Amino acid sequence: MDLSVVARYFPFLVRGVGITIEFTFISFLLAIVLGLVIALGRISENRFIRIPCQIYIDFIRGTPLLAQIYLVHFGLPQIFGYKPVGFVDALIALTLNSSAYMAEIYRSGIESIEAGQMEAARSLGMTYGQAMRYVILPQTIRRVIPPMGNEFITLLKESSLVSVIGMEDLMMRAKMMAGRSFRPFEAYFTAALIYLAMTFTFSRLLGRVEGRLKASGRS
Amino acid sequence: MVEVKQLHKSFGDLHVLRGIDLEVKKGEVVVIIGPSGSGKSTFLRCINHLEQPSSGEIHIGGVNLDDGSVDINLIRQSVGMVFQQFNLFPHLTVLQNICLAPVKVLNMPQADAEELARELLRKVGLADKESSYPHQLSGGQQQRVAIARALAMKPKLMLFDEPTSALDPEMIGEVLMVMRELALDGMTMLVVSHEMGFAREVADRIVLMDEGLIIEEGEPAEFFSNPKHERTKAFLSKIL
Repeated sequence: MDLSVVARYFPFLVRGVGITIEFTFISFLLAIVLGLVIALGRISENRFIRIPCQIYIDFIRGTPLLAQIYLVHFGLPQIFGYKPVGFVDALIALTLNSSAYMAEIYRSGIESIEAGQMEAARSLGMTYGQAMRYVILPQTIRRVIPPMGNEFITLLKESSLVSVIGMEDLMMRAKMMAGRSFRPFEAYFTAALIYLAMTFTFSRLLGRVEGRLKASGRS
Repeated sequence: MVEVKQLHKSFGDLHVLRGIDLEVKKGEVVVIIGPSGSGKSTFLRCINHLEQPSSGEIHIGGVNLDDGSVDINLIRQSVGMVFQQFNLFPHLTVLQNICLAPVKVLNMPQADAEELARELLRKVGLADKESSYPHQLSGGQQQRVAIARALAMKPKLMLFDEPTSALDPEMIGEVLMVMRELALDGMTMLVVSHEMGFAREVADRIVLMDEGLIIEEGEPAEFFSNPKHERTKAFLSKIL
């Protein structure tokens, strides 16, 4: 391991961290919203809503993210005849992917709330939507925060796949460093350590949030 | 106030209610008793459509619930329900628990709702607990808050589904006291309960259910001292 190579290329690698974090955060935030919509569809009593949501979740969770990225970036433009934009396609693919996992997190959170809560809300004359909004979802949030944190960390790592459609994220820059320096071990190992530093930081932050949730008692 | 005709309810192959007929007049307190599994709770839950009846008719205040144009949410606003497990909203304070439905469903101004909530809390003897969360209260206190929460919608009818069955013995009295006062105020009440003392003292009518049917009904004095039906005698001999 040649540390001088690492030192020379380190700033070059770190410039990819911004894009990695950008992709992770934006698609995570979008997936928080889209995932909730899909989760509510998935538990709908209307099968014309429920079944498509179920198929969506099964398809996304049952296929590789890499295939999804290629489908969005190369497949859809072929069918619909438009010019692909790598940055947008990467975001769409990551968001669609994370939304399916997020939907399952929401669903298990919602289903973990005792049936009596919905019944009590409905018995007071609330509509299904009001009961969800004011009674069920507020109780769900504290239960979904820990698994959502894990999903965030997964997303951070998986975002490295957007390098295959030319996004200059951390992973892409590691590839470039490997090519230019002819030192692939230094390149990929350093990139891996930077990923580790990020996931480690976020999981520690997450641990603290969880601790605070537990300390505040009521679950 | 309530009129039930030939109510049937099945869960799959299980025929839980097998033709219930019952009428409850305005201001009447009817206590339903019977062995567990007799369909008492299911019957109560059918009245506000927490369970969808399989067949039969339910009229509340002259409105047929199975009429397709009826908005069940509107009916439920005037039918309060108290559950065995209280089902308070754990993420809200006592005051918020009571105010939620009046504010969100009836569009009552927050200040008015809070005033109403405080009045109801005084009525159930918990004026000092408005800022507590449900988990900070005893079972009996939680159930009294649940009653106040239901009353905040100003219901015309109150359904009680074994309101004291999940309580420690020393807390049963405080809940029954609140229910007794409610009955004295003229509330129409339909109560599923095993509290025979309460039934004898407060009920206008006792109904015995067994195996999804009403076996016998009558005024408490007559019902307890001179039961007509063999199954009523058998049941009473076990619990009295």
